[in-house]
Amino acid sequence: MFKGRSSDLTKSRTRDAWLFLMPTLVVLFLVAGWPLLRTLWFSFTDTSLSDLKGGQFVGVDNFFYLFEDSTWRQSFKNTVIFAAISVSLETIFGLIIALVLNAHFKGRGWLRTAVLIPWAIPTIISAKMWGWILHDVYGVLNEILIFCHIIKEPLAWTASPKLAMVSVVLVDVWKTTPFMALLLLAGLQLLPQECFEAARVDGIHPLRVFWRVTLPLLKPAITVAVIFRSLDALRIFDLIYVLTSGSVETVSMSVYARQQLFDFQSVGIGSAAATLLFFIISLATLGFLMTGGLKQDK
Amino acid sequence: MRSKFYTPFLYLLSALIIIVCVFPFYWAIVSSLKTGSDLFKVEFWPAHLTFSNFIEIFKEQPFGHNILNSVFVAVGTVSISLMLAITASYALGRVRFRGRSALLLSILSISMFPQVAILSGMFELIRTLGLYNNLLGLIFSYMTFTLPFTTWILTTFMKQLPKEIEEAAIIDGASTLTICTKIFLPLLWPALVTTGLLAFIAAWNEFLYALTLTVESQSRTIPVAIALMTGASEFELPWGKIMAASVVVTLPLIVLVLIFQRRIVSGLTAGAVKG
Repeated sequence: MFKGRSSDLTKSRTRDAWLFLMPTLVVLFLVAGWPLLRTLWFSFTDTSLSDLKGGQFVGVDNFFYLFEDSTWRQSFKNTVIFAAISVSLETIFGLIIALVLNAHFKGRGWLRTAVLIPWAIPTIISAKMWGWILHDVYGVLNEILIFCHIIKEPLAWTASPKLAMVSVVLVDVWKTTPFMALLLLAGLQLLPQECFEAARVDGIHPLRVFWRVTLPLLKPAITVAVIFRSLDALRIFDLIYVLTSGSVETVSMSVYARQQLFDFQSVGIGSAAATLLFFIISLATLGFLMTGGLKQDK
Repeated sequence: MRSKFYTPFLYLLSALIIIVCVFPFYWAIVSSLKTGSDLFKVEFWPAHLTFSNFIEIFKEQPFGHNILNSVFVAVGTVSISLMLAITASYALGRVRFRGRSALLLSILSISMFPQVAILSGMFELIRTLGLYNNLLGLIFSYMTFTLPFTTWILTTFMKQLPKEIEEAAIIDGASTLTICTKIFLPLLWPALVTTGLLAFIAAWNEFLYALTLTVESQSRTIPVAIALMTGASEFELPWGKIMAASVVVTLPLIVLVLIFQRRIVSGLTAGAVKG
């Protein structure tokens, strides 16, 4: 092709590309960009829910309120602890399930099918199902644990301050480990088979192969999966709202923000809490990007 | 190499994983078939089967209505976001232009940001548009997560299509729109099914916006209806009915997932691993 024609073509294709993108970009600005800007504005005002237009500019007062509020500090602590523990457990269990799914044995299809079930169940419903299993008086988990002589008295899983966070982590791990396992399985299947064959020919112990070959090769896939899950875990709302009704011991930053917005009607403080969460997650994302986890597409 | 010890261990581990994954759902089914004091006895198969929980959720509350609401919202959300995402993903996946990477990255970051971060702005916008307590308002707000997600996944699928077809079409003088809709779209059907299914599940399961932007029990979607189900008193939750409702809405979802499991797995991993 001649050079001139080729660049004409490039120009017209670039123009079409922008035309093609326009509807999506306009909708995204309307549903995400604009509300985000409004929330940012609200966080500097004393707007109340009953009078959305009547808010006065108050500077950074709302943010100072949050830093001094012990419940907000608790929600920050809870969210970080929850994200760290649940993502670690999900990575370990997800890796185990992925390795089992990657092994060749009869009946593997059944395992994959079963693993997809927790993933398919809506979070709200899994929270309710587990709420029933963990019920302090009639829950089946207490019955099983007493039957096995692991505990003597029934435990108040979701209500007691010490166990509430344990329950939240338990249900989240049950619900999201399958997703982790599938991501890691996809990573495992992309690994070059020659390395494993070479190791097998040399008669190296499977555990050694795992630590020395599989794990280092799988590191990029693990990093991506951990980033995705961490960003997701930091914004947790549904599970805590339903399982423990957002009690102080388990309140997350998202739950706190919604409580301020709609239960206490203070749109200013709620928006400030939401904005803060947004910045914390953006910082986390930037941190991940800096450490080279998410490689940008060429 | 595969030792005698290895295979039984694998089966034992698989059995354990299957039990842990399936038991909570099994327990929900068993509990939904019991009423009265039977519900509070731990039996792994109910002695007296009854379907009264299932009948009551449809009689005593607008549960049928809630299901229709969820179907309407999820189907609407998926159709609109797929329609918008097809052309957008063609542009992002097949055309090289300045700012493409930055655009892709910002679309991905929109799908990662916390829903609550735009909640008050969204509430105000929905109020201003007069869509409060309206299913159209839910479809509108669900675009925040389904549109970036479908665009992102379809872009990875678009990139995988062979270059030769497109070059031949360009030489034949086909316009960009023709290439996108007449040549690529038919090739993308499998990808559209996968992406649509994942977006459908996301919309079907959404809770925060549905809880915030609707107020009457008539206009609630299923997750909100189940979360807010109460019994005779505030402290006595109707567990049998909650389990029945959970089974009713989860069973079709599980069947769907089982039928399409290969597609779903490929869709989930296309979005994440190749990113």
